[in-house]
Amino acid sequence: MLKNIVFACALAVATVAIAAAEPLRWTRSADGLTLDPHAQNEGPTHALNHQIFDTLVFRDMDLILQPGLATKWYIQPDNPRVWVFEIRRGVSFHEGQALTAHDVVFSLNRARHEYSDMRGLLTSIKEVRAADDYTVHVETEAPNPLLPNNLTNLFIMSREWAKQHGVENPQNYAAGEETYAVRNANGTGPFRVKSREPDVRTVLVRNDSYWGIKHFPMEISELIFTPIESAATRVAALLSGEVDLLQETPVQDIGRLGNVPGIRNEQGAENRTIFLGMDMGSPRLRTSNAKNNPFADRRVREAINLAVDATTIQRTVMRGNSQPAGVIVPPFVNGYPKDLDRVVPADLDRARKLMAEAGYGNGFRVTLHCPNDRYVNDEQICQAVVSMLSRIGITVDLVAQTRSLHFAELARGEYDFYLLGWGVPTLDSEYVFNYLYHTKKGDRGTWNFTGYSNPRVDELTVAMGREIDVDARNAMMEEAWRIVHADIVYIPIHHQMLTWSMRDNIDFKVQSENTPHFKYLKFKR
Amino acid sequence: MLAFLIQRVLQAIFVMLMVSLFAFSLFHYVGDPVLNMLGQEATEADRAALRAQLGLDQPVVVQFWNFIVNAVQLEFGISYRSARPVTEMILERLPATLELAIVSAIFAVVLGIVFGVYTAIARGSLLSKFIMAVSLIGVSLPTFLIGVLLIYLFAVNLGWLPAFGRGETVRIGSWWTTGLLTASGLRSLILPAITLGLFQLTLIMRLVRAEMLEVLRTDYIKFARARGLPQRVVNLRHALKNTLIPVITIIGLQLGTIIAFAIITETVFQWPGVGALFITAVRFVDIPLMAAYLMMIALVFVLINLVVDLLYYVVDPRLRVPGGSK
Repeated sequence: MLKNIVFACALAVATVAIAAAEPLRWTRSADGLTLDPHAQNEGPTHALNHQIFDTLVFRDMDLILQPGLATKWYIQPDNPRVWVFEIRRGVSFHEGQALTAHDVVFSLNRARHEYSDMRGLLTSIKEVRAADDYTVHVETEAPNPLLPNNLTNLFIMSREWAKQHGVENPQNYAAGEETYAVRNANGTGPFRVKSREPDVRTVLVRNDSYWGIKHFPMEISELIFTPIESAATRVAALLSGEVDLLQETPVQDIGRLGNVPGIRNEQGAENRTIFLGMDMGSPRLRTSNAKNNPFADRRVREAINLAVDATTIQRTVMRGNSQPAGVIVPPFVNGYPKDLDRVVPADLDRARKLMAEAGYGNGFRVTLHCPNDRYVNDEQICQAVVSMLSRIGITVDLVAQTRSLHFAELARGEYDFYLLGWGVPTLDSEYVFNYLYHTKKGDRGTWNFTGYSNPRVDELTVAMGREIDVDARNAMMEEAWRIVHADIVYIPIHHQMLTWSMRDNIDFKVQSENTPHFKYLKFKR
Repeated sequence: MLAFLIQRVLQAIFVMLMVSLFAFSLFHYVGDPVLNMLGQEATEADRAALRAQLGLDQPVVVQFWNFIVNAVQLEFGISYRSARPVTEMILERLPATLELAIVSAIFAVVLGIVFGVYTAIARGSLLSKFIMAVSLIGVSLPTFLIGVLLIYLFAVNLGWLPAFGRGETVRIGSWWTTGLLTASGLRSLILPAITLGLFQLTLIMRLVRAEMLEVLRTDYIKFARARGLPQRVVNLRHALKNTLIPVITIIGLQLGTIIAFAIITETVFQWPGVGALFITAVRFVDIPLMAAYLMMIALVFVLINLVVDLLYYVVDPRLRVPGGSK
């Protein structure tokens, strides 16, 4: 009798579980480049690998740092240079190996290897060691309050599996051969790989022994990922019912999809701000007829800021799908200066007056460089800027080209005036100061092509990377933001918005890093 | 015969060398792959190290030489984008492109000849006027637009056919995959095949029609009619046969074009063929893959031309006279 009841209960539970599980067909424009989790530091690759692997800590759908394979993490009380991670017990990889601290140490060291593309996020680390089977100590060169923020895309592999398949190191291009880890994966994540044809179709099935099976909805039985490069075809596939969830809905289709019965849009701020940069450091500009460098004059930069009308760009170019910006970090980034993120209303009279005061009453000529396949409507934004600046006498020649050319020339420092978009993977202002505002010198300021150099900003940037006292850090970030805002180093345009479209029985929201965690997805019924 | 063949093969090798040299000098204008390969946290030192690792810091001539030496051994390196062997990636994608190209070529040839003959014979009829008008669309609309229109009509509005992909495939032998043996594979093939073949169809149709009109005016057709032969025999046996010589030449040359121009159709339909692979490679500046693809396309054209030349040699006795042998 008792046995029968138990059996009936088990059956009931099983039925519920089966009823709750449905397949989901997912599409976006690009496939992950590889399943090797440390070979590429790239959005779509991380998004795919997050379904298969786990990280020590991860950003949930609201960008809040959540425990993954680490249950607790803290700075060692007696040594501010050591971070302690307590590893989750009872976790096993898809192929059955038990997870221990040694796998974590192995993975972090693999990611620090010279062939790893993740290395740039881990340069502060001096040594990683296992204190015992379930505790990892990460020692940094100097105190690093941001270490966990740099680990949100740092996936943990099995040491034993890597040894077995000869993939202890990430891909070496010079070796000229494919490694086993490119198309095979053994993670601890919510889904296992069932089949993979790169750029065509990847099928993942639910990992029923996932450690988080009770913490997360886990309602997807099978996740079928088919990247579709052409935007029109991607939308058509959703409309015709061949896919259920579409990431990166094209701006021109958002309105239309919103009106289709059975389909709904989810929108949210993206972790990316679009802005213009100007070379203010060179004595003369390469593409200008002006005698001196007009951008070196703050009044000219202010005039440009007054002439570029972000609100109009939002209304016309972006069809409402952007958030005009006053600073170059999105709101959810730590240290975000809320009071400064105010759009400067266009004021042409004042702009013309400033130009005249600076000695450019008759304007000048300059070339604006712009990518045409990187950000949402990037080329159209630049076209709008060209006509806006013509109203204050600046004749702008526009060069819009593919991203591979744009970023290569930008990196060589060949541009006077350029469009750039920036995301903050660590979700902390320090990242922005380090790459975009610090004087371009050595490992710092690598994306600062403006020639801007302010010793106080440099000093604050280095200090905020080491200060572990929260209040002191916040004060540093606020001071630094005020300085660069007053100096008008960049001309902010807008924070990009993300739109995902899906069948209306799907309960899922946009994740601002554009990284869906499908373990959170629920079906409405 | 042998001298002719050797001469032809040498010419083919020369063409291949020129194509690869041209391709290599173009790669410098496509952009820098290293920036795509490394994340934004990478430093200038990291980029320089990767450039050295890939041999991109060497002069173009040296890079070209290394490429030729490897290419001769059929070694095209690994893709910068996906870290997989380029030869394997192309072979994996080739069946999809070839199936699409062959099906759309058959579609274009069969319908092109049928419509061409019909519009020539029934010149004044309403239907042939309609066919001619519709064929103008095929000639004048760009391929991607035709593809998108077909998708919206047949996939989105009517829901009859899939909007993208190749459907289910079956593996034959060690590497060939086919979509011709499954229902979903066949359904997926229809729209891309029409899109890719429409231009060729209208081209062949207009050519056949023009040739037919020409032939129908000749004396031997009049004699055939005078002999009281049935209309069908006159049209198909006497007239059509004699129009086919230029048509066959065009079809041969167009087959190469179909394979090369599959790029656009494959992108619109997310068809997993080599054309779509190439487009992705260009976006990423995946030099090994771009080089291998261009060499493959050059090889296809060179081979087709070689076969056509040899066929002429066989067909046309005048070409054989100077050699004197046989």
